[in-house]
Amino acid sequence: MTAISERDQLAYIASQAADARVNVELETEGMTLNLGPQHPATHGTLRIVAKLDGEEIITAEPIPGYMHRGYEKLTEVRTYPQVTALINRIDWLGSFANEVPFILAAEKLMEVEAPPQAQHIRTILFELARIANISLFLGDFGLQLGAMTMGFYAFRDREHVLNQIEAATGGRFHPNFDRIGGLKDDLPKGWIAETKAAMARLRAFCDETETLMMGNEIFQARTRGIGIIPADIALSYGLSGANLRGSGVDWDLRRDACPPGLAYDQADWKVWTHPDGDCYARTWVRLQETREATLIVDQLLDSLPGGPVMAKVPRIIKVPEGEAYVETENPLGAMGYYVVSKGDLVPFRVKIRTPSFNNISIVPWVARGVYVPDLISILGSLYFILGDIDR
Amino acid sequence: MSSADTSTETEAPEEEAPLVDEPREALLGQITAALGDAVVGSHIRPLDDLWVRVDRDAWPQAAAELKALGYDFFDYLSAIDWLPSPYGRDMDAQEDLAVHGGEPKDPGPLQQGYAGGDTRFQVIGRLYSIAAGMGVHLKADIADDDLRIGSWTPHFRGANWHERECFEMFGITFDGHPNLIKLYLPADFQGHPLRKDFPLLSRRVRPWPGIVDVEPLPGEGDDEGEGE
Repeated sequence: MTAISERDQLAYIASQAADARVNVELETEGMTLNLGPQHPATHGTLRIVAKLDGEEIITAEPIPGYMHRGYEKLTEVRTYPQVTALINRIDWLGSFANEVPFILAAEKLMEVEAPPQAQHIRTILFELARIANISLFLGDFGLQLGAMTMGFYAFRDREHVLNQIEAATGGRFHPNFDRIGGLKDDLPKGWIAETKAAMARLRAFCDETETLMMGNEIFQARTRGIGIIPADIALSYGLSGANLRGSGVDWDLRRDACPPGLAYDQADWKVWTHPDGDCYARTWVRLQETREATLIVDQLLDSLPGGPVMAKVPRIIKVPEGEAYVETENPLGAMGYYVVSKGDLVPFRVKIRTPSFNNISIVPWVARGVYVPDLISILGSLYFILGDIDR
Repeated sequence: MSSADTSTETEAPEEEAPLVDEPREALLGQITAALGDAVVGSHIRPLDDLWVRVDRDAWPQAAAELKALGYDFFDYLSAIDWLPSPYGRDMDAQEDLAVHGGEPKDPGPLQQGYAGGDTRFQVIGRLYSIAAGMGVHLKADIADDDLRIGSWTPHFRGANWHERECFEMFGITFDGHPNLIKLYLPADFQGHPLRKDFPLLSRRVRPWPGIVDVEPLPGEGDDEGEGE
């Protein structure tokens, strides 16, 4: 897509400054606007306290914590296999992807590796979780900016992905399918053909989105040149995933630092970036990522190696002493688990590094000087899940 | 827990020869050159990760030096409480003991992890270099009687929320932080939930807010453990 020229960006900044002067001349009064905790644009219970001057935002401070469930403390009293049942619920739209980094960290400490078949299926389910997550984002973002149709389309086509996840794992939202050393089960009969059909549906959905939403003039007016995040600021805040790639940083953990236990190197695929760093760029990157994910799934389904899906692990899992950090490219960005083990049945300490926590901490920086409707665009395009912030 | 020192030279040197991870060795050399004596411990797991423990006073400087070396992606910041937990899973064991009998578990001494440590609380942070494709874990000891450390916010804006979370969960103060208030918990919540001596009371009743007192469940004897 065409990048916004530097001149246009400067023009936008200049117009904002000009508008601010008008506001000063009009002698507008300050006011505080509470956005949320239950606002459709906040994907859950997030409150944003915005101080306004007229309709211009002076400061916007997110207040998380309404959903804090204390997972880091709870993991200290759960055995390793039990932990996956909890952490499914962190990013509830792409649950399976949450399990993988923790399992990989435990596998790293135990020095076991899943068999190739399990690695393939794990990667396929990981990408299905990504598609289920981001397709909902595309629909929901359209919905927030007034394009109702996108919401309906997204829920319609996401169902096909959820059905495939359910057929393989038995659960739509909380699969709890990943095990230390492999997977619970092999793929069911007929699953491969059905999944390929679903992927074709999703590609059609991506094309529809591209023409219906991304090509829409109103959508472009509400997203282009708004919420611009430069690459160095994004890195300083620790933004990851499409939010970072939308700022032009070509970094994807799947390609650049794929931990052992996933089969991304078995497929031929591309990392998408966009140089603009605005709301449109982030959405565009996510759209391309969804399409790329369907291609990854197709390729991996064609090259399933067969064989067992579980390595030899003890029945009662005791993880040896040590520390391990595994980070994977989740639908929302880089998600990592720092696991400290003391050789017990339970982890001694688990630090969960969630992508939305960093992604949303940039809101005070990016939302100053914009207008209230732009805040909705920014929040929507940063795309956070409240469970992912609050843990 | 350092693994490299235990192998003896005499038996099977080919197998026992440790993997050498040249990029991380080189990075450790650069950090040591920049910080000097402030690097008090390190651990390399070859082809995987690097841990560097720095002096508490050099904590912000370490971040600045690593940022200058290209480690400009702020990953996370948190802390570890190395106190063996008197609560948590051990509580289940005590309940089991009441039913099945047996000796109560001894929590044992403090034992720190990679890159060593001397104190109960350690701050841990991770920075990443996209160009090098490597990350570094930084650790710093915090004296038990003075739980404070310099803030990373001047160098990494993302540290703001992470330090606020660490402050409320462990009670560690970050000097130089612009807005060190609670992030998740209500302002009147007492105690620091991620400390090991903060009881996880899913089976015990206690009054809100926080760690005021621990009451036995209705119908239980008066010999229940008490909180703080």
